[in-house]
Amino acid sequence: MMTRAHPLCSSIVRKGVVGVTGGLLILFVLGHMAGNLLIFLPPEAINGYAEFLHEAGHGTLIWVARAGLILLFAVHLGVTIALKYENKKARPIGYAAHDPQVSGWASRHMLLTGIVVFLFLIYHILHFTLGLTDSSARWRTLVEGPSRPHYVDVHSMVVYGFRDPYIASFYILCQVVLGLHLWHGGSSLFQSLGINRGPWRAFTACVGPVVAVVVVAGNCSIPLAIQAGRIPARIDLISAKAAIEAEKGPKPPMPVPGASDINKAVPGH
Amino acid sequence: MQLESRAPTGPLAEKWDRCKMEMKLVNPANKRKYHVLVVGTGLAGGSCAASLAELGYNVSVFCYQDSPRRAHSIAAQGGINAAKNYRNDGDSVERLFLDTIKGGDYRSREANVYRLAQVSRNIIDQCVAQGVPFAREYGGQLDNRSFGGAQVSRTFYCRGQTGQQLLLGAYSSLNRQIAQGRVKSHPRHEMLDLVMVNGVARGIIVRDMVTGQIERHSGDAVVLATGGYGPVFYLSTNAKGCNVTATFRAYRRGALFANPCFTQIHPTCIPVTGDYQSKLTLMSESLRNDGRIWVPKTPADKRRPDAIPEGERDYFLERKYPSYGNLAPRDISSRAAKEACDAGLGVGDGGRGVYLDFADAIRRLGEPTIRERYGNLFEMYEHITGENPYKVPMRIYPAVHYCMGGLWVDYRLMSNIPGLFVLGEANFSDHGANRLGASALMQGLADGYFVAPYTITDYLAGVKPGAGTDLPEFAEAEAKVGGIMKRLQDARGKTSAQVFHRELGKMVWDECGMARSRASLEKLLRAIPDIRERFWKDVSVPATAGGMNQGLEYAGRVADLIDFAEVLATDALTREESCGAHFREEYQTEDGEAARNDAEYSFVSAWQNGGEGNAPVLHREHLKYEFVKPSVRSYK
Amino acid sequence: MKLHLKVWRQAGPQDAGRFENHTVEGVTPDMSFLEMLDVLNNKLLAQGKPTIAFDHDCREGICGSCSMMINGRAHGPTRGTTCQTYMRNFTDGQTVVIEPWRARAFPVMCDLVVDRSAFDRIQQAGGYVSVNTGGAPDGNCLPVPKDNAEKAMDAAQCIGCGACVAACKNASAMLFVAAKVSHLGLLPQGQPERSRRVLAMVAKMDEEGFGNCTNQYECEAVCPKAISADFIARMNRDQIGSTLIPAE
Repeated sequence: MMTRAHPLCSSIVRKGVVGVTGGLLILFVLGHMAGNLLIFLPPEAINGYAEFLHEAGHGTLIWVARAGLILLFAVHLGVTIALKYENKKARPIGYAAHDPQVSGWASRHMLLTGIVVFLFLIYHILHFTLGLTDSSARWRTLVEGPSRPHYVDVHSMVVYGFRDPYIASFYILCQVVLGLHLWHGGSSLFQSLGINRGPWRAFTACVGPVVAVVVVAGNCSIPLAIQAGRIPARIDLISAKAAIEAEKGPKPPMPVPGASDINKAVPGH
Repeated sequence: MQLESRAPTGPLAEKWDRCKMEMKLVNPANKRKYHVLVVGTGLAGGSCAASLAELGYNVSVFCYQDSPRRAHSIAAQGGINAAKNYRNDGDSVERLFLDTIKGGDYRSREANVYRLAQVSRNIIDQCVAQGVPFAREYGGQLDNRSFGGAQVSRTFYCRGQTGQQLLLGAYSSLNRQIAQGRVKSHPRHEMLDLVMVNGVARGIIVRDMVTGQIERHSGDAVVLATGGYGPVFYLSTNAKGCNVTATFRAYRRGALFANPCFTQIHPTCIPVTGDYQSKLTLMSESLRNDGRIWVPKTPADKRRPDAIPEGERDYFLERKYPSYGNLAPRDISSRAAKEACDAGLGVGDGGRGVYLDFADAIRRLGEPTIRERYGNLFEMYEHITGENPYKVPMRIYPAVHYCMGGLWVDYRLMSNIPGLFVLGEANFSDHGANRLGASALMQGLADGYFVAPYTITDYLAGVKPGAGTDLPEFAEAEAKVGGIMKRLQDARGKTSAQVFHRELGKMVWDECGMARSRASLEKLLRAIPDIRERFWKDVSVPATAGGMNQGLEYAGRVADLIDFAEVLATDALTREESCGAHFREEYQTEDGEAARNDAEYSFVSAWQNGGEGNAPVLHREHLKYEFVKPSVRSYK
Repeated sequence: MKLHLKVWRQAGPQDAGRFENHTVEGVTPDMSFLEMLDVLNNKLLAQGKPTIAFDHDCREGICGSCSMMINGRAHGPTRGTTCQTYMRNFTDGQTVVIEPWRARAFPVMCDLVVDRSAFDRIQQAGGYVSVNTGGAPDGNCLPVPKDNAEKAMDAAQCIGCGACVAACKNASAMLFVAAKVSHLGLLPQGQPERSRRVLAMVAKMDEEGFGNCTNQYECEAVCPKAISADFIARMNRDQIGSTLIPAE
C-alpha cells in the first residue's frame, strides 16, 4: 500500500499519474480504433497494417509496445484501486439519503466500468491476440508460398469472429462500458493535471464525451456492419472467385489465396 | 473608587509614543516563562493572541465556536477605516480622530481615540502583508470607499466581507503560532468565571463544551475579547452564541462595566416576521441612497403597497428632515421608523416595519441600473423574505447592531482588576456614545495588534511568572460555576431558556431600545426580577447522555443576560441626557433632537457589582476635553 | 405546515447513533430551517428531553458553523448555508431526513455536531504568510493586479463549513484546501512560501484522512459561496509543479 506522506505519493500526484496513464491509454484506444476501421477498406489494408505492427523493428517493437501498455494498465489500475480504497475509508458511515447534484452515473462508477473494461480486455486478448476462445482465429495466419511464408489475415479473423451474434453483442456492450469510462475520464484528466483554467474547463468538459462517442461509434460499427452482412470475409471472396472460375472452365488446382487475387475479384470493394 | 485613565500627559500626538517609552519591557529569554490567557478569537482576541505569541509569550486561546475562525467579527460587511490619505482628499490622523470623537458624541477619551487613529494606518499595512485580499484599483493600488460620518474616502474593504477577510488574516497569524506550539487553542470552551488571587486576575474557569468537564486555567494575565452584549435584546444582528457571560462574570468579580446603555441600532435590517424568529439580518445602509422610506397615512392599512395612492403615503424622513431626507443619520432614521410604527402605521405582519421603496428609482434610472447597484442585496432580500424588491417595496426595521459599552479599561486597556485586559467590543473605550461605520474592525485590530502587546508586556514586567491552579481561589471559583450549573439543572421546569430570553429581549427592546424614558426604564427594572424569578423556577435544562449539552450552555447565558439587563437599565436611567445612541425622551430639543448635557454628564459611567440583591454602584470617570471642543451635532 | 423529521441522534462520539422520528407542526414559510429546529427543541425541552444538538452561530450565512445534510443534500435544497435555508422550500407533510456531515475526518460528536478541527490543522500546516506584527511595509508598496485581487477574493470567501467534504462521494477536502492555497497563491505576498505551503497543506489534508478528488464537482454545486472547482485544478498544478520541480 502506498503511503500518502511523501509528496510523490500525495493524493494529487497520484491522481496526476492516473490522469497521465489514462490519457495515454485513451491515445492507444483511439489509435487501436483507427486501425480497426481499416476493416472497411479492402482486406489487404488491415492485413498490411497488422503485418506492419508485427514486423516493425524486426518484430521487437510490438513487444516494447505491449510491455508499455501492460505497464500503463497496471499503473492506471493499481493507483486507482489504492485511491479508491482510501476513498472508501474516508467515509466509513454513508448517508441514509444522498442526492448528488451534478455528477453523472459514469463519473460515479469509474471503478466498475474500469474493471469491466479490464475483464473485457482479457477476453479480447484471449479471443483475437491469442486466439483461444473460438475458431475464428484459425484464419489469423495463412501460408502463402515460399516468398511469404506467413501471411496475416486479420480481416478474415475479425469477420468470422463477429459473425457470432453473441460475441458481437458482447463486444458492443463492452464498448459502451468503455465509452462510459472515457466519458468522465477523458475530461477528468485535464482537471487532475491542472490544465483546466478559465474557459478551458468548458472545452475539456467536452473532450471526454467526444472521445467516448467516437470510440463507441467507431468500434461498434465493425460488429454491426458484419452482423448486417456488409463486410464479406476475405476468405469468402476467394472462394466466391474460385466458384466463378470453376463455372467458366476446367479448373486448375486451387491456389493458396493471395492479396492480388482479391482486388481482381471484387474491384472497387 | 478613583478611576485613573493612566493616559499620559503632553501633546495629543505624542501621548502614545510617550506611553510606549515609559512602559517596561520583558527580556526575550524571560518571555517564555509567562503565560497569557486570551478569551475570544475575533479580531481583537485573535490578533492579540498571535502578536503576543510572536513576542515569545505562551498563550492559550479560548472560544465557544468550533474554530477560532468563526468568531462574529466574521459578519462585519462594510469595511475598515484608516487615515491613509491615499485619495489625497485631506484625510489625516487628526481628521479621523475628530470624526470619531464627534461621531461618538463626545463621550470617549481623547487620548484613546487619537491613538486609534494613529495606529489605523499600521493595521492596513499589517493586513496587506498577511494576504488580506483588499479591493484594488486597476493600477494595483488599494481601493477606498466612502462611509457615513466622514467627508473623506478612507474605508478599505473586501467586497461585502471585510470582517471575514480581516478575521481570516488574524486567524492565519494565530494558526502559524499554533503550529509553532506557542499558542494552545481551546475551541468549544466557554469561560464561566474569572479567578482572582490577591486582587489580581490569575486565571479562568472554563467548561469544555464537548466533554462537559470544568477546567482550571492559570495565567499571568487574562485578556477578555469576548464581544458585546447585543443579545440582551434577544433579536439583534449578533450571532446566536454571542453572550455577556465572560464580561459579566468578570463584573461579578469586581470589574467595572462602563456605559452599558450605549447600544447602536442599525436602521436598515430585515424586519421580524414571527415569534419564532431568532435573528435579524442587516441590509447595507447604501440602499437608502436610492430607496424612499414611507408608511401609509392611515393606521393598520392592509392594502398592498402599490394599491396605496401617493397622497395616502407618508415619506416621513423626507418630511421631517428635508435636507437629509432618506439619508438622515442612523439614530435619527431608526427613531423615526419606531415612531411611525408606534403610531400604528407600521407595515407587514406585526406592524413593525416601514417600506423602503425603489419604484421611483427604477422609473428614473431603469431596472438595470438598480440591479447593477444593489443586485446582490436585492437577491439576499428575496432569498430571505421570498419577496421580489423590484416589484414590491422592501420592508425594513431597525435592529440592535453594536455595543459601545463594555468593561471599563484604562488607556492601557487594563480593567480596574490588575492583570485583566479587555479588548475590542468587550471594552468601552473608543466609540463613546455612538460608533461610526467601519470603525469596529479598526478598533478590534488596533487593540489586538498594536496596543495590547505593548501594555501587557509592561504589566507582565512587574509580575512574577508562573502561578498554578492548585489554589483555594480556583477551587472556590470552580465550585461556584458548578453551583450555577447544578441550580439550572435542578430547576427541572417546563420552559426553554429561549422563551425567557425572548421575553426579556422584547422588554429591553421596547423599554430601553431606540428611545428610553424614566417611566419605561423603571417599568423595565420592575419587570426584570419577575422574569428572573420565573426563570430559575421554571427553566428546563435536561441532562444529556454525553458531555455536550447545548441547553445548559444557553440557559447559563440567559441567566447572565437577565442580570445584566438590570445594569443596562440602571445606567440608562441614571444618564439623564440624550447623547449618541442613548435617547431619553425627556431630553430632546424642541424639534426632537438629542439634548446632550455636557455640564453634568460628560463622564463615563462605570458600574460596580453591588453584591447579591443590591443595585450596582456608580463610579464616574470624568472626561476632559483638552484638544477638541464638544459641539452640537446637527442634521438639519 | 407540518413536517416529519427523521433526525440523526447520537449521544457522543462513541455512541452508535440512530434515527429518531419527530413531527413538527405550525411550520411557516418564513422560518429558517434552524428556526424550525428551534421550535422542535423547545417542544423537547417542555417534555424534559435533551435537545437536538447542532452547530450554528451567526445565522446569516457567513460563520460557516451550520452543517446539516438535508434530504441528501449538503445545507438543504437551495444554495447557501442551512441557516439561510427557508421552509418555503419544503411542502406540507414532507418527510425530511437530517444527518450530520459524514466523513472519517469529521467524526460526529453529538447528534448533528461534527468535529471539523481537521480544517484548522490543515491551515496550521501552512495556510498563512509568515509575517510578524509590526514592520509591514506600506500597503501600497506591493501593487496587486485587480484581477488577481478579485480572484484571490473569490477563493478567500470560503467559510470553511465543510459542505464540500459532505457532498463529495469520497469525502474529499480538495475544494476547501484549494480555496485556501489559491487565495494566498494568487497574491504576491504569498509567493515566497507558495511551494512549501501547497506541499504542507496537501500532506496534512491526506494525513487527516480525507478522500481523493474524482473531479465530479459535487463540492462546487453545494458550496454556499459558489467557489469554483477551477481552484482545484490550480492547486493540482501547484502541487504537481512543486513536487516535480522542487524550489531551489
